[in-house]
Amino acid sequence: MRQTDRYFKFDWITILLFLLLVGFGWMNILSASHIGETIDYFDFSQPYGKQLVFILLTFLLIIVLLSIEAKFYERFSSIIYLIGILSLVGLFLFGKNVNGATSWYGIGGMTIQPSEFAKAATALAVAKYISDMNTDIKSFKDQIRLFIIIALPAILVLLQNDAGSTLVYGSFFFVLYREGLPKIYLWIIVILGLISVAALKFGPLITIAATSIIVFGFHLLRKKKPSIIQPIAMLIAAIILTFGVNFFYQNILQPHQQDRISLWLRLEKDPVKIEQMRRDILYNLYESEKAISSGGFNGKGFLEGTRTTGKFVPEQHTDYIFSTVGEEWGFLGSALVVIVFVLLLLRILRLAELQKSQFSRVYGYGVASIFFFHFLINIGMVMGLIPTIGIPLPFFSYGGSGLWGFTILLFIFIKLDSNKINEW
Amino acid sequence: MRQFLLFIIIILVGFTFLGRLFYLQVYTFNTQNLYEDNAIRKVYDYPKRGFVYDRNGKLLVGNQPSYDVMVIPREVKPLDTTEFCALLKITKEQFIKTYNKAYNYSPRLPYVFIPHLSKEDYAVLQEKMRKYEGFYIQKRLLRDYQTTVGANVLGFIAEVTPTQIEKSPYYKMGDLIGKQGVELSYEEELRGIKGIKFIQKDRFNRDIGPYKEGKFDTLPKQGKDITITIDTKLQEYGELLMQNKRGGIVAIEPNSGEILALVSAPSYNPNLLVGRKRSRNYTKLYNDSINLPLIDKSLLRVHEPGSPFKSLVALTALQEGVINTETSISCSGVYRYGRRGTMGCHCGGGRRSLNLGIAKSCNSYFANAFRKTIDKYDNASHSMDIWSGHIKSFGLGQYLGTDLPIGKKGNIPDGAYYDKWYPDFNWGATTIISNAIGQGEVQVTPIHLANMTAAIANRGYYYTPHIIKDIESQEIDNNFTTKHQTSIDERHFEPVVQGLFDVYNKGTAHFLQVPGIEICGKTGTAENFTIIDGTRTQLTDHSIFIAFAPKDNPKIALAVFVENGYFGARFAGRIASLMIEKYLKDEITRKDLEHWILTHSLENEYAKPYSGGPFKINAQSQYQVIDLPKETETLNQSIVIPANETNR
Repeated sequence: MRQTDRYFKFDWITILLFLLLVGFGWMNILSASHIGETIDYFDFSQPYGKQLVFILLTFLLIIVLLSIEAKFYERFSSIIYLIGILSLVGLFLFGKNVNGATSWYGIGGMTIQPSEFAKAATALAVAKYISDMNTDIKSFKDQIRLFIIIALPAILVLLQNDAGSTLVYGSFFFVLYREGLPKIYLWIIVILGLISVAALKFGPLITIAATSIIVFGFHLLRKKKPSIIQPIAMLIAAIILTFGVNFFYQNILQPHQQDRISLWLRLEKDPVKIEQMRRDILYNLYESEKAISSGGFNGKGFLEGTRTTGKFVPEQHTDYIFSTVGEEWGFLGSALVVIVFVLLLLRILRLAELQKSQFSRVYGYGVASIFFFHFLINIGMVMGLIPTIGIPLPFFSYGGSGLWGFTILLFIFIKLDSNKINEW
Repeated sequence: MRQFLLFIIIILVGFTFLGRLFYLQVYTFNTQNLYEDNAIRKVYDYPKRGFVYDRNGKLLVGNQPSYDVMVIPREVKPLDTTEFCALLKITKEQFIKTYNKAYNYSPRLPYVFIPHLSKEDYAVLQEKMRKYEGFYIQKRLLRDYQTTVGANVLGFIAEVTPTQIEKSPYYKMGDLIGKQGVELSYEEELRGIKGIKFIQKDRFNRDIGPYKEGKFDTLPKQGKDITITIDTKLQEYGELLMQNKRGGIVAIEPNSGEILALVSAPSYNPNLLVGRKRSRNYTKLYNDSINLPLIDKSLLRVHEPGSPFKSLVALTALQEGVINTETSISCSGVYRYGRRGTMGCHCGGGRRSLNLGIAKSCNSYFANAFRKTIDKYDNASHSMDIWSGHIKSFGLGQYLGTDLPIGKKGNIPDGAYYDKWYPDFNWGATTIISNAIGQGEVQVTPIHLANMTAAIANRGYYYTPHIIKDIESQEIDNNFTTKHQTSIDERHFEPVVQGLFDVYNKGTAHFLQVPGIEICGKTGTAENFTIIDGTRTQLTDHSIFIAFAPKDNPKIALAVFVENGYFGARFAGRIASLMIEKYLKDEITRKDLEHWILTHSLENEYAKPYSGGPFKINAQSQYQVIDLPKETETLNQSIVIPANETNR
């Protein structure tokens, strides 16, 4: 094989989309974090300066990732997973508490967040397990094992008080479903979601009444009637769920979490109270929505956002970076970011489907699912569509660990993809 | 199928996000410019408000600095409160109370700690201010009135209302705006244009520096000085004469339409509405529903014109050719019309020509002239329209279009007016005969009468009365330099003017002559009624007088309206003569008239409707004699304001 071929077989479309996001992301971090009129690009005391270094180091990381043999990732996936789990466990001993979450290792002046890397490790492990010849995803035993592989890092992250990252592990459902997980799980998730929302929004009585009508109606319409036990069991499950959700909401959730959900589902009716809640608990969201809205169609221009310059949106260079895009680049810029993300996701999905090895396909699917969850939760939150959950926007949000974690996720897949010719 | 689940969800989420973005940024977007952006603090630099001078160049309204002590509670460091309180002349309790109020308002925002410091306190405090962190002094410009009269003309400034802010985005909360008088009419010229500085804020509302290095900042543009047509001496004298009376005086220079004096009584001292006591004083004036000091009676008091209107009735009849100067009737003290209609007349009776009719104010003569005018055509409504058109060409029955912000239309009926009143009744001249003597349905304000007098003095034209004489580097509205021709031919005026002159020579105002000045005038007396406890009750007649002088090439035309002053010549006539003499000679020879006016009060008349008991009016009413006001001798040095009334 000639030397040049090795570069052409990488999927340059994905790499281009990646570069677009990282470059545009950095411009927005610059906007959100610069102080005063003069900008020193290599001022390492400022987030934009640090992020520039992180980005430069990322290219080094990419070269390393692409140089390693593709087979290495498959072969060593279990060990990588183990290291990931150990690094999470180690946090309980050596972790550094930042903003209430014990998610960081402090090394010198730097902090590293292992949970950002654990996602890639888990994706590898899941791919490895599913692609194993002895694994049958239809068997309950293997489902349980897969569940444990995914749940272990998720629970560790949750124990460190990083609920946002835990939620991301839910994205592996798409992977499992693609690989043949029985449909019943999808239905259970959909019904669970619907009943939980209905129980909170409309109260237990209406929810149970509606559920029983649907369940028994469906039962009566069926030509081949199964035993009456089935609908009754479903109803009992629904009743337990309904009260369980209410109990969970009222007794287990902390007040600030209750308020977030209450606002999202519009449970509070008093407009004065709502406004106050928005200003108090959802101050970030309130300011973020206002910043996005103030951008209008064209935006205020690069470095011209008054709400960004005035630091009106807290945490704007990290989780709320999209509000900078909204303010300075307007509808045009924000829509472009959304479209580029969607294109990247669809590109990864398509590449995954084209993989010949099951390992590569499952891993690619995992990468797409994880990116999708981040994209969905972060932008949805910043625009007020879903409750506030702190989680970074891939390639956009400030942070070295995040950037490297996402880069590792993506470029391992690019390497695997480039190797598909050799897979027979 | 399974591989499409995530694919479809991704596309759905993408579209949802685009929809949400569209909603936030395009659908609910309202044009946010720098002014509305609450991330940018706007600091305004207020220009000097223009000065107001009178026609002789005397400064009437200037500016004075006022100093407010401001506080930003968060920035306050421990301080020597005893010394600070002593400097501010407050007690420690007051200090704590105000500080807490400021803190509750906002710990981060400036709050007025002590408003309107005196200049002396300011001088002492300024030296030591740097010791008190979190406190600073803010300078504002307030109006400074160099006169005690003309409050109704000068008007006042006050904070803008939310409605005004909605109408004009120039104004921001707390800005001062002209509310009455010339301050309102010439607000845009006087205010100038304020300068603005844009300052970038952070989310704690702290300034973090000029926005874009001050690229968009502007400098203030000073307000323009204006000169008004008021003659301050005449205005002062008018207000003095109207003390203890209610009503108005309007004096106009006929050959220009300039308003020489615009007196409304009772009025107030303009200095009351400046400074620390402004709001208390304003409330007091506003709530005075009996004297209505804030209402300009010379512009707003609608009344029947009474006999002065007869001159227009005569002019109309002459123009229509239904009478000539020789036409005469015999007056028997009562004018009979129709089968039982009568109209009394107190001219003394006898042969009445045009000249004597005006001089003696003979009701019968004008009833006859009016009747002939209306009977000229078979259709009374048509005749009435012609008559109404003539009268309206004198500016009556419509807004005059002066540059004062307020006014009333009054009423001059036309054919349609009575057709509507009497839809199934064939009305004619005798139905509406009261109009002949300025009663009935004709309604005017004092400025209408003054303008009518100016038009007669000019023999057939007038300039719209106006208060502006000159605006710094700007032309005045050309409406005020355009001649308005009346529909009466010039030749008809001379006999009427002669009649008005003879009012002074041998008529109802013969005792009001001023040596050396040929005055033409006309007395007027208007019946009026009020409602007391649901009963229509007659009050003493209003005293009305119009006059101009000199007879040829007149320099001043005026109308005087004194509520419940009885005969026209009694109060209004005396005031008119004195005003004319004051303006033309600048000294008073008719000291007897002046003395009479200054020592007679109408307060007892005004108290009658509120007395609760029965009372006598007109001829049965007693004069109320009062002491001569002390200031009379020092009149020309203006009235001294008691020190505690103002803030200077």
